[in-house]
Amino acid sequence: MQWINAVVQGLLLGGLYALFATGLSLMFGVMRIVNLAHGDLAVVASFLALALISGTGLPLWVVIVVTVPLFAVLGYLTQRVLLQGSLSSGPLATLLVTFGLSIVLQNVLLEIFSADTRTLDGGAFATSSFQLAGSITVGWLPLVTFLLACAVLAGIQVFLSRTGLGRMLRASSDDRETANLVGADSRHVYGVATAIAFATVALAGLMFAMRSSFDPATGPSRLIFAFEAVVIGGLGSLWGTLLGGIVLGVTQSLGAQIDPAMTLLAGHLVFLAVLAFRPQGLLAGRTA
Amino acid sequence: MTLSNLLTERAAANVDVRRAARTSKLSGGALLAAVVLLAALPYVVFSDVTDTLVNLYVLVALASMWNLLAGFGGLVSVGQQAFVGIGAYSVIALADLGVQPYLAVPLAAVTCVVFAVPTSWLAFRLRGDYFAVGTWVIAEVYRLLVVRVDALGGASGKGLAGLSGLDPVLRGALTYWVALALTLATVGGCYLLLRGRVGLSLMAVRDEETAASAAGIDVTRAKRIVYLVSAAGCGAAGGVITVSSLSVNPDAIFNVQWSAYMIFIVVIGGIGFVEGPLLGAVVFFTLQQLLADYGAWYLVILGAVGIAVARWLPGGLWGLVRDRTGLSLFPVGYYVRSSGHAR
Amino acid sequence: MTLLSIRGLTVHHGLLRAVDGLSLEMERGEVLAIIGANGAGKSTLLRALAGLDAPTSGTVHLAGRDITRFPAHRRVSAGIALVPEGRRLFRSLTVEENLLTGAYRGRPGPWSLEAVYELFPWMPDRRRQNAAQLSGGEQQSVAIGRALLSNPDLLLIDELSLGLAPVIVRRIYGALRDIVAAGTTALIVEQDVSQAMRVADRVNCLLEGRSVLAGRPAELSAEQVERAYFGIRDGED
Repeated sequence: MQWINAVVQGLLLGGLYALFATGLSLMFGVMRIVNLAHGDLAVVASFLALALISGTGLPLWVVIVVTVPLFAVLGYLTQRVLLQGSLSSGPLATLLVTFGLSIVLQNVLLEIFSADTRTLDGGAFATSSFQLAGSITVGWLPLVTFLLACAVLAGIQVFLSRTGLGRMLRASSDDRETANLVGADSRHVYGVATAIAFATVALAGLMFAMRSSFDPATGPSRLIFAFEAVVIGGLGSLWGTLLGGIVLGVTQSLGAQIDPAMTLLAGHLVFLAVLAFRPQGLLAGRTA
Repeated sequence: MTLSNLLTERAAANVDVRRAARTSKLSGGALLAAVVLLAALPYVVFSDVTDTLVNLYVLVALASMWNLLAGFGGLVSVGQQAFVGIGAYSVIALADLGVQPYLAVPLAAVTCVVFAVPTSWLAFRLRGDYFAVGTWVIAEVYRLLVVRVDALGGASGKGLAGLSGLDPVLRGALTYWVALALTLATVGGCYLLLRGRVGLSLMAVRDEETAASAAGIDVTRAKRIVYLVSAAGCGAAGGVITVSSLSVNPDAIFNVQWSAYMIFIVVIGGIGFVEGPLLGAVVFFTLQQLLADYGAWYLVILGAVGIAVARWLPGGLWGLVRDRTGLSLFPVGYYVRSSGHAR
Repeated sequence: MTLLSIRGLTVHHGLLRAVDGLSLEMERGEVLAIIGANGAGKSTLLRALAGLDAPTSGTVHLAGRDITRFPAHRRVSAGIALVPEGRRLFRSLTVEENLLTGAYRGRPGPWSLEAVYELFPWMPDRRRQNAAQLSGGEQQSVAIGRALLSNPDLLLIDELSLGLAPVIVRRIYGALRDIVAAGTTALIVEQDVSQAMRVADRVNCLLEGRSVLAGRPAELSAEQVERAYFGIRDGED
């Protein structure tokens, strides 16, 4: 029935939210930076894809494959050029720098693309669906998005736990100075973390843009989804982030069933409830 | 008398501890003269000048409140627009109930304090930078809640009742004076608060929180006081905005743009100095007027300047002035001078 | 052959001169112990050698190479490893992962995971345990193992005995003998003077950032050490 359908939709949406949240969580874990421009990056990726498609005529999936690694490079450069310096300028500096970046990105997009809302055309794929066990409709796009998000999260988990560099990222988030002591170059480690963050948020932004419209001012709402997923799930755990994303997605979906205007509010209220009664999140980090 | 008492007394006789340097006394007089001059403006200039100044005063007030919160309280909020909105809607609601709108402005500040108490309880559960985003979310929640109330105009906003009968010139002047009063109250309030015990506690916390806590300072209480004062100031500013524009729109009044303005003004002017928001607002305002024809580019430039200042000039413009000249118009610290006795 | 050469090293801790114009040299294969009261500058010296604190003046040469301006991570590649005060293991990593972080720079040498497990036979059974769950002495061993895995020429150990029972400390210093025998040179900072004298080839006593006594343990009397340690000058008591 309708409610089960809503839960399924919410679940699938949750994977996407988790993908949004991963970058935010990673940057905070490793560098203690909350990137206020996080959501705006997703929107920049969407507009970039739009421009590439209309400029080169390449199919969407090619554009996605090009944009995501491009954002990884941008992330690395942004960290080395802009953020690294502000890290030593004091605790307030990075927050202000990323906030400034958010404002700059939003308004540059506004000037170049105007305030009109757009979507990325996913073609027939974006709107097709199949029936599951009776009356549950599952869209192909949401399903693929969810699977892709889980795959990316698993990939990052493997990177963090099995590779030397990934281990260093985790070590750096525990104790930056000692990580330097065993040979980690902080600038490089941070650069990698930022690269992953930018790439994942770009991917998430592109997938979201296929099912939802975007305009230069939608960045903050993406940031808020990411942030709420992280807080609900709990800091310090990738799977917590997935859970947080799913809880958020399901809540929004159920809220929408009650009243479409309640969609966002429902998510916010659950976030506030978690904040009030379990501020460490549903799945607190592995170590105390 | 013990030996240590004796020594302390002797040492105290050798130094002269004061709040105000000579320059501060001079500047105090100058400021007073400036205030009198500004108050007289509606009699002297055309109303479009005073209308423009109202915007400047609101910016100064908002920036002072953000500076109080972040620069002195150490709480970086990107969600003060919540209280700007609550203040604005309070004025609307009170005016609908028959209260004279100008009187409703200070009442709006009170309303904001009432809302700020539970809000602070929630927001304080987030630490550091996550607090910033949390305040943003809370502002969004307030917007979404207000939009659902039809009596307040829903999604399209509402007009302000109670001022339509007034002569436009008089209304302009009254609005101007209320705005000026707002600025004096916020800047003055900041100054007085910071000179007192709360201020001392805050600066101790800002410098070294653990030590301050160990010295017996109730850190949370000090921060909460600052949060409530900031909410009140932002609420009053929201009230003035409503009185000035004669209407309210939820998307505009709860917009994070207000936070952007506050943050940039304070960052550029100088965070952690009472003078900072004043200087920053003037700079911002000038930029805004100069770049008025360039659409969104002015915000891009503003953002870029803000980034540059945050990165390379953490004390802002006033910090630069202070470092070079030692000038302090609103002294919140102490001057210790040796009185020159050789003992 | 001289491995480490420090000349006129001055390191500031804020406004305080924690290390004041210090000069010393170390030969390959020896164990040098730095002793001194709290605040004498011992830890600051080690941190400066490891690259965590930048010196105000002076030079540091490792095997003839000027490493004075090298940041911490480059010093690991150059062959210095510090076992920091308080162990400082990575709390969210397992024992094995902690050890492996030491091997990040991939310097060639005799020390591998297997070699470290041979040195500390209890470790392989606990390799998957979270590092924070180990006892102080076990953590100290893991910290040493982590430093060894970078195959350093010079191993720096800061306050090994801090917070550990004497019997554990002795056991760990026993392992130090094997480590040095395998070719590593060791510079240790040690609060426990008698322990330092037992394990070191040479001893250097610091006071207020300067070296006030140096020599072989056998040649130094207890009284000499006491006077140097507390800064008692001749004629005072």
